[in-house]
Amino acid sequence: MGQADARGVTRAEIEEFLYHEAALLDEWRLDEWLALLTDDATYRVPSNDAPQADPASALFTIADDMHRLRGRVTRLKDPHAHAEFPRSRTRRLISNVRILERQPLVVEANFIVHRFRGNESVRQYVGRYRYGLVVDHGQLRIRSREAILDALELGSLGSVSFIL
Amino acid sequence: MNATPLVRNDPQAMRFEINRAALVDPAVLERERERIFDRCWIYVGHESEVRLPGDFRTRIVCGRPVIFCRDAAGAVRVFLNTCRHRGAMVCREREGNAQRYTCFYHGWTYDRDGALYAVPGQAAYPPGFDKNQYGLKEPANVASYRGFVFLNFDSGAEPLDAYLGNAKEYIDLVLDQSPSGRMEVIHGTQEYDIKANWKLLVENSFDDYHLLTTHSTWLDYLKNSGVEMKRPEKGQLLPSHGLGKDLGHGHATTDNVNFRGRPVAAWIPPYGEAAKAEIERIRAELVARLGEARAKRVADTNRNLLVFPNLFLLDGSSVSLRTFEPVGPDRMRVRAWALGPVEESPLARRVRLDSFLTFYGPGGLATPDDVEALESVQQGLATYREVPWSPITRGMAKEGEQLNTDERHLRAFWIEWDKRMRAA
Repeated sequence: MGQADARGVTRAEIEEFLYHEAALLDEWRLDEWLALLTDDATYRVPSNDAPQADPASALFTIADDMHRLRGRVTRLKDPHAHAEFPRSRTRRLISNVRILERQPLVVEANFIVHRFRGNESVRQYVGRYRYGLVVDHGQLRIRSREAILDALELGSLGSVSFIL
Repeated sequence: MNATPLVRNDPQAMRFEINRAALVDPAVLERERERIFDRCWIYVGHESEVRLPGDFRTRIVCGRPVIFCRDAAGAVRVFLNTCRHRGAMVCREREGNAQRYTCFYHGWTYDRDGALYAVPGQAAYPPGFDKNQYGLKEPANVASYRGFVFLNFDSGAEPLDAYLGNAKEYIDLVLDQSPSGRMEVIHGTQEYDIKANWKLLVENSFDDYHLLTTHSTWLDYLKNSGVEMKRPEKGQLLPSHGLGKDLGHGHATTDNVNFRGRPVAAWIPPYGEAAKAEIERIRAELVARLGEARAKRVADTNRNLLVFPNLFLLDGSSVSLRTFEPVGPDRMRVRAWALGPVEESPLARRVRLDSFLTFYGPGGLATPDDVEALESVQQGLATYREVPWSPITRGMAKEGEQLNTDERHLRAFWIEWDKRMRAA
């Protein structure tokens, strides 16, 4: 269904969608964010030294299917998720949005995610998102979402305990 | 150095306390670098990371840049990554395959064996200049045990084999997962800093007392994923029985009955129905090769092994190799890899890596809470002058068996640490 419709999607529509997603994540409206994803969606953050790898054969930082991603969100909403209690404040800046493929729809965008927590100065997660999108009943939805960090190692970024 | 002892150990009085200055004071770290890191066998890398002649990986080990590599003859070597001319690093790439190592500053070039191969304008050096005296330097000792390569900067160090002692039995248990006894490091490194003293991660990596409170959201996730969780028996905190063991020389381990699934070879629902037959096949291979008793030991126990001072083999819901070193009294750098049997099928490998990520690593459902705990401790330790002592006495009044939620194995680390810190 989605593939045929995706041909007509404009970059402006995709940008609108990504900005909406970023706002949901920054506002910790995590259940609404989950609803943007298809039931077979994946969320991945590759290891910094294996940015091109496949999680079936390489160690990632995060490689969630929807079951674990729902569990991750359940956890993040729980005050016993100590790494995010009190939770981080984040601010995502997304730009350089490009449609790389039409069928299926593949989109990349640059990101800077500023993270603030406790008395800490800013941590900047910089990199590139790679999305597989589908059009479902006229709505864009996320089938795959990969956040590829530019840092050569996590180093002072520490954990990726929030949704990057 | 502080005149007050850093460890107060009085078994008669059932007292064992750590002076919190040990986790804060820069002078303690300075002494640790001399007495611990420059005298112990320190993990460098695994042979599977450098497969072919010329393969290299650059790393920081004990604060020194090193080249971990294979020479022309296929032997694993460790070179100090510094040109003999002015000191620049001769290899600045993270990994790769090198024909030679060239210092870009003045062009001194070394071959794969570390020998100085070429010096531009060599004729200008005085007659006594001998290239043979300017090869890449190596640490005083480099040795390996079953694929794990260690270095030692102390020329008088005891051999690696003797140093590892009883820890070898527990390394062997991990290697028994492989039909040929060979494990490999899987592509992809988790490298992250923790703003805490490195010894806090020693404790945390095999302290099972914190599991229920720190990791309740992870336990909830397992329960919600259909993993059966028994109620703890009387006198226990965890769903299964587990021990803490002092292996001597500062090495120590937990030794627990598994409840959380193991890629080799105890299936749990999160692995998926499609993997069930494969996990059963792996189990059958273990039994055929090792016999029922040893197979149960390999497949049905979790062990978090400390190789003193800073290497852990975490053989839990996957196998993680974790090492870390201080970059300051209140900061450490952690590196972790996944380890798997060389002959593992693509399906089993996928299960292993997926299972790894549920618990371990900077994006896992558990490790970030450990990081948070250690950073919280470090911040709290700013009060170390007012609140100087931490008790590590769990299990101290007990005869015989020590549980994984007791602290006998933590004390084993601290006793060795204290002994070495006090050595001349």
